[in-house]
Parts: sequence; C-alpha cells; structure tokens
Amino acid sequence: MLNIVDLVKKFQQPGGGELTVLNVPRFQMADAEQVALIGESGGGKTTLLHLIAGMLSATSGSVCVDNLELTKLSEQGRDRFRAATIGYVFQTFNLLPAFTALENVKLGMTFGRGGVDADRAMNLLDRVGLADRAHYRPKQLSVGQQQRVAIARALAGQPKLLLADEPTANVDPASADSVLDLIINSCQQDSIALLMVTHSMDVADRFSRIDRLEDINRIAALHHNSAS
Amino acid sequence: MNLLFIAWRNFRYRALSSFLTTLSLMLGVGLVVMVMAIYGIISEAFVRNASVGYNLVVGPRGSALQLTLNSVYYLSQPIENLPYTEYMEFFPQEERAEMVRTYGGDPALGQRDGHYAGYVAGGYAIPLALGDYFGDFRVVGTTPEFFEKLRHGPDVDQPFSFRHGRAFEAYTPENQYFECVVGSRVAAQSGLHVGDTMNPTHGDPEGKGHGQGFQVVGELAPTGTPNDRAVFVNLEGFYLLEGHAKPLEEDAVIEPPERDPDDERPPLLMIPEREVTSILVRNGNLMFAPGMQNRINESGQAQAAAPIGEINKLMSAIVGPLLSALLVITLITCIVAAFGVLVSIYNSMNDRRRDIAVMRALGARRSSVTWIILFESLIIAVVGGAAGWFLAHAAIFSAGSFIEQQTGVQVGLFTVTQYEWLILPFVILLSLVAGIVPAMAAYRTDVGSNLSA
Ligand SMILES: Nc1ncnc2c1ncn2[C@@H]1O[C@H](COP(=O)(O)OP(=O)(O)OP(=O)(O)O)[C@@H](O)[C@H]1O
Ligand SMILES: [Mg+2]
Repeated sequence: MLNIVDLVKKFQQPGGGELTVLNVPRFQMADAEQVALIGESGGGKTTLLHLIAGMLSATSGSVCVDNLELTKLSEQGRDRFRAATIGYVFQTFNLLPAFTALENVKLGMTFGRGGVDADRAMNLLDRVGLADRAHYRPKQLSVGQQQRVAIARALAGQPKLLLADEPTANVDPASADSVLDLIINSCQQDSIALLMVTHSMDVADRFSRIDRLEDINRIAALHHNSAS
Repeated sequence: MNLLFIAWRNFRYRALSSFLTTLSLMLGVGLVVMVMAIYGIISEAFVRNASVGYNLVVGPRGSALQLTLNSVYYLSQPIENLPYTEYMEFFPQEERAEMVRTYGGDPALGQRDGHYAGYVAGGYAIPLALGDYFGDFRVVGTTPEFFEKLRHGPDVDQPFSFRHGRAFEAYTPENQYFECVVGSRVAAQSGLHVGDTMNPTHGDPEGKGHGQGFQVVGELAPTGTPNDRAVFVNLEGFYLLEGHAKPLEEDAVIEPPERDPDDERPPLLMIPEREVTSILVRNGNLMFAPGMQNRINESGQAQAAAPIGEINKLMSAIVGPLLSALLVITLITCIVAAFGVLVSIYNSMNDRRRDIAVMRALGARRSSVTWIILFESLIIAVVGGAAGWFLAHAAIFSAGSFIEQQTGVQVGLFTVTQYEWLILPFVILLSLVAGIVPAMAAYRTDVGSNLSA
C-alpha cells in the first residue's frame, strides 16, 4: 500500500537557508495494515502525512501509494489521487462551517470519481451515530461530534489509506475512546489501511504495529542525539 | 454537490457582506436599467408625438427645429407667419377660385393650380395659426378638417374621439365663428368644459385678453400627443379677433367676396389679410414628399420640415448625449459596486484559506476552488442584477399612469428597451473580472501551510 524510499523533505527557513525535516530511508505499509506513528512535537509527523497525501512534494526520494509514484505525478494527478485514495482526519477536524454535517460528509465525495451519493452519506453519518444531527452546522455540534463527522467525511471518498493526525488530541477522554474505536473498526471493516499519528501511548497501544518516527527518520535521530 | 452549490453556501454563510455587496450591485444595475427605460420612453414619446398622420410641416423660413417644436409640440417661442397665398399653393385651381369667391382677393389667384397641388393630390393640407394662449396652453387656430384627417396611436390609425361634445364647425347660427375644442389635459387642468366660454390672450400667456370668447363645444379624449394640451379654435373666428388681421397693402388687387344679400353671417377676412403659421401636409402618395419638400425649400418663400427627422436630430444632438452621459455615470456606479464585490470577497480570503486547503485535502483541484470563488461573485452578480432589473421595472411600472399621462407612452412591467439585454452579460463579465483577484488568491492557496493540523 505504502512504500517510501530515501524520502527527503527540506523547508525554506524564514531566516534563509534550508531545514531538513525528514530523511526517511525506508517506510512501508501493507494493504489494510494499521500503524500508529509516535514522535516528538516538531519531529515531522504532520509533514510526513502531507507528503503521503500528496499535499506537499518531496525534495527527493520516492513516495509510492497504491502503486502510484507520487513524485512523478502532476499537481492535478495528485489531486485526483488524493480524491480517490486518501482519507484524512485532522487534529482540529477542519469541518467547513458553512455546511451542515451531512453536507460536510458529501464534500468528501464531491471531488472524487464516484460523485455524491446522498444515501451513503446518510449511512456514514448513521455509522458515526449522528444521523439525527445531519442538518446541524459544525458550530451546533460538540467537539466529539465534530470529529465523528470528520471521520465520516474522511471515509466518504472510499479511501484505501486513511491518514489520521492526532485525531483524539482535541477530544475529551470519554469521546476519545469512541472516536478511536470508530476509526479503527471502520478501517477494519472496509479493509482500509490506517496510519495514525499520536502522542499518546494509550492510543498507540491499541495498535499491533507501533512505529517511532525517531527510528525511521535520520533527522529526528540527529535532533534527539544533539538534545541529549 | 456541485461547485455552484458550494459557492451558494459560502454566499449564504457570509450573509451580511453578501447582502450588502448584492445590494450595491442591485442599485447600480437598477439605475442603469432605469436610465435605459427613461431613454426609451423619451425617444418613443418624441417619435410618437411626431407621428400624427402628416409627413411634412410647412412654415416660414428659419429653424426647422423651431418650426417642428411650434407646430407639432406647441412648444418654443412663437414664430413668424406665412401669407395665406402660400397655403393656397397646395390646392388645385377650382378650390383656389372658390376661396377667392368666398373670402375676396386677387382674382388671378383663382386662375391657376397651386404649385404644390399636384404633389398633395389625395392627401391634405391643414392650416395652423398660432400665437394666442389660454393660460399656459397654446391656442391653435385651424379648420374642422384637423379632427377628421389627423391620426394618432402606436400605429397612427386612431382618429380623434370626443369625450364630450363634438368638433367645432366652420359656422353655426348660435356661436357663429366662435367655437372651440379643448384637449384632454386642458380640460382636466383648467376645468374648462363643454358649454363654458374660453377667452384667449394675445401673443403670450400674460398678453392682453381678446374681448371675444369662444364657446367650448368639445372635449377631446386623451391621445398621448401634444394635442392633449392645446385649445383648438375655429380659424375663421381666430382671424376675426382683434389684431389678427394683416394690414392691407396699398396696391393690393382685391375683388370683394360674392355674398348672397340674405346671408346673415358676418363677413370674413379677405385673403390678403389672412396669415397662417404653418401647414400640416400629407402627400397622397408619400413618394412625392421629397420632391415637394425640395421645391418648397427652393422657392425662397417657405420651408418644409419632416417632423420625425427633426426630432431624431434633436434626440441625437441633445437628448441622446445627455442620456448617454447619464448612462455612463450609472455604468460607473456598477463598476464601483463590482469593485465592492472584489474587496468584500478578497477581505474574506483569510477566513477562506483554511476552507480552501481542506477542500484541496479532500481532492479538490486548484481549478475547482478557483471556480468556487468565481461562482460566488457570479451569484452576487446574477442576484443583484436580477433584483436591480426587476426593481427598476417595478419603479417605472408603478409610475406608469403618470408616464402615460405625460407622454402617452404605455409601459408594461416587462417592457424591455433596445439595449437592456446587454446588461446581463455586462454584469456577468464585470463580476467575473471582480472575482478574478480573489479567485487567483484561491488558486495560489497552499494546502499544507493552511491546514492547522
Ligand atoms: N511550511 C513550512 N515551512 C518551514 N518549516 C516548516 C513548515 N512546515 C513545518 N515546518 C517545520 O517542520 C518541522 C516539522 O513540523 P511538523 O508539523 O511536521 O511537526 P509534527 O511532528 O507534526 O509536530 P506536532 O506533533 O507538534 O504536530 C517543524 O520544525 C516545523 O517548524
Ligand atoms: Mg503535527
């Protein structure tokens, strides 16, 4: 499903010069595999997810998702790939405030090939337990409910790989469990590969495979060494 | 959910700012449509008023426009007069001889055809004598033929009709030569009705009153022409008013009229004493009109003007440019409003950047998010444009009875003027131009850096 080889990402620094954030010799995931990725703040986890989603382009190296080499795709090609293959759950949910819960879920289908399927959008909301909130605006939903809508939206495009960036960090502990259950179970049911970034060992312990960014990223290791 | 729907949601989400920008565009478009409609009404009114069945106005040499304004619109300063013999040139020999016998004058006049008689054949020539007033209304001396021959209405086929009474007659035993007919607006504004007496003043509205009054025998139904605001008096009575007879020249050859000794009718002015201000002419065959016009203008005695041509000249020389300037100003209002659309959308780009990045993360292309912004600008344009258009028409429609009363032009709710349809593409183009700046900002929005996590 995912095959990263010799991936390097450098950022232009505000003061000039470049900062190398990622240097990943090798990182792989099988189809439908579920992986927890833990790492320090500022280590480059979000950057890695953006690269895998094709929202950032690599400085060098290869990112291959579902047998597509992202670094060789045009920007439009990556947009199409993202719509077809990736589901993304954000730490801050990022629901669009102008749209109802149901419409936010439909937005997850709008840009893909399949087009909008209103019944399936409603089923997804039902699956995250919010069928009765379909016509609420994000502002009218609790924090946990918002994240559940965001999960439904991420699943709406029928992704093959779900990227979740600390999805429970902004949710209260009680809701956190249900959000987590929802993500893990949904991916299992639909055979979706899952890469979840987290700070929390409690969350990571739910996964059979736990990777530390420091172990796969040479830069992080360097930081780590120089800090100690 | 298509891009248009997404744009519509964004439009609704920022309700206040959307409303205000739409409102300003609505006012701009409303003003433009209003100016266009007024333009249409004015030009139609002018042309319609000039379409009264005759095709030429003949009068003293001078400004053709002033001749038209006087004879067709009863406006402007009074002009000079023509000798009655000029009027007689439009008639064949027998009729001229009959005039000499009836009024008295040079017998030689009755011995030949009028110069222009051949051109008119089958049409008519109706004399007008202007110069007197009733209040602010013009008094028009003419013959009963005026009411029989002239036509009005959109197709210039409606004869005059009388709301009360009848047309004046050349002579009646009870009123002699002193009957008159009032236009509909004169009746409404002055309260003059059938049975009343109308006393004209000489020369101008404040002029000295003539001792002689005219009996009102008819009240015209509205025609939507300047005839609504005129008082028509019998030309023969008009001549008999004090100061209206032209002094006789010493060497004038005059044969007195042949009168039956039993005739009780008072004597009329003789031909050399008579004058007309202008003559309304319709050629029996319109193909003869240009030839006749040339011949009259080359005669050195008079001029012939085509009222519609004169009015079109006036429209294109004065009224047209004035309204064009107004149109330009209102179009600028639209551009300013479009600029407001630009500013308002652009200002909200900061809030939108995250939404755009999220949509990109969901697979939206750069072109899609660009179109969403352009569509929003388009929605403002279409809603504002349609509302402005409708409002302007509603405003004009609600003033419809006033406009019809003043100009005779009927306006329906959806009476569309010539260039009005251009407004829609213009506003759409404007909105797309206004939308381009924020749309480009949307196009350039970076996905990664605008997602908070
Ligand atoms: N657009 C950018 N330009 C320059 N530097 C950037 C940019 N985005 C991220 N960085 C830098 O890259 C590094 C990694 O950032 P990233 O957001 O990937 O960290 P993270 O591991 O997700 O941290 P956290 O756990 O706090 O979310 C940080 O040092 C950050 O300053
Ligand atoms: Mg992060």
